[in-house]
Amino acid sequence: MNKILVGLIWGLILGAIDGATAGFYPETRNLMAGIMVGSSIKGMLVGLLSGWFARKVRSTKWGIALGAAFGLLFAFLVAAMQHAHYLEIMMPGFITGAIIGFLTQRLGEPESARL
Amino acid sequence: MDLNDAVLDHLRHVAALPDVTGTRYELESEIGRGGMGVVYAARDRQLDRRVALKILDSALAGEAQLIAHLEHPAIVPIYETGRLPDGRAFYAMKLVAGARLDHYLDGAPSLGERLRVIRRIGEALAFAHARGVIHRDLKPQNVMVGEFGEVYVMDWGVEAVAGTPAFRAPDARLNQRSDVYALGALLQCMFPGTAPPALCAIADKAMQADPAARYPDAPAFLADIERFQEGLAVEAWSEPLWHRLRRFASRNAVLLWLLAAYAGVKFLVFFLRTP
Repeated sequence: MNKILVGLIWGLILGAIDGATAGFYPETRNLMAGIMVGSSIKGMLVGLLSGWFARKVRSTKWGIALGAAFGLLFAFLVAAMQHAHYLEIMMPGFITGAIIGFLTQRLGEPESARL
Repeated sequence: MDLNDAVLDHLRHVAALPDVTGTRYELESEIGRGGMGVVYAARDRQLDRRVALKILDSALAGEAQLIAHLEHPAIVPIYETGRLPDGRAFYAMKLVAGARLDHYLDGAPSLGERLRVIRRIGEALAFAHARGVIHRDLKPQNVMVGEFGEVYVMDWGVEAVAGTPAFRAPDARLNQRSDVYALGALLQCMFPGTAPPALCAIADKAMQADPAARYPDAPAFLADIERFQEGLAVEAWSEPLWHRLRRFASRNAVLLWLLAAYAGVKFLVFFLRTP
């Protein structure tokens, strides 16, 4: 499996899980469907970019750093659209991105292995 | 008086060396003694380089022919074979500058370095076995670690060699699995008392008295060493649950830390939120 696909799949899974945790907040329960879809798309975008980076660079450290940076960036954009909940969205998004970055480095075939 | 003593010493030294008249070699000193002959450091006058010259106890040069067929980075290359005036066979090979494995281990190399050496030895054995050659006398004294870290397995056995007791399998007839036994004994002696349990299990499996209970060949032994190095479960050991969990945690430490950080952040955000 190539690293971009790994990134998309894990981005989807972790994004969905991250979105599902919004269910802990009573005020967001009636918005769950939209949050989960948005969070999954955010995770997939982070996974896509992390996977692409992992194909080019083999470094767990940089994979985590870049995944975290992408996670933070997209989480900021989501929070900025709502003008609220910056902390609640950006902090988990930052770590979810780091996890996706780590997984894209550890799993899947690097570009060179497929030549 | 001093001069006479020096001359006498020189004469004694020269008299103790075999006569290599008619060859292109000039013996310098004895560097090793094995079951089948003696190895000398010598100078190749024609190419002006130092070589190792093994002079066999018999006229049989089968050992040299055996090794000459094994071209592998971890097997000392043979340059030439020949016969001395007294009829004994000899062969010239690369003179490896470095330390014998037993001396090398005195320098307390790291775990990774020891495993690199044992894997190199295993690869040489696997290569030889694939060509129908078995070593018969694998032991630390027959392995050299060169000054650039290269590993050489030497003294490939012939039928007459019975092996060294501590490394010899209790098999009636020596075969590839006997070499696997010696490889296990070598692994054991490379980790005296401090081996991780998985490595002890690998050595124990390789050294089973029943040949059928050992690894079937050197590649199977190497595969288990590789699994150990990658933090995976080894075939030789059914590890207890706590060990399996510890190995999993050690192998996935970064991921576990990230998951713990995620849980921690979620917990904090949940309790610090402003409704």
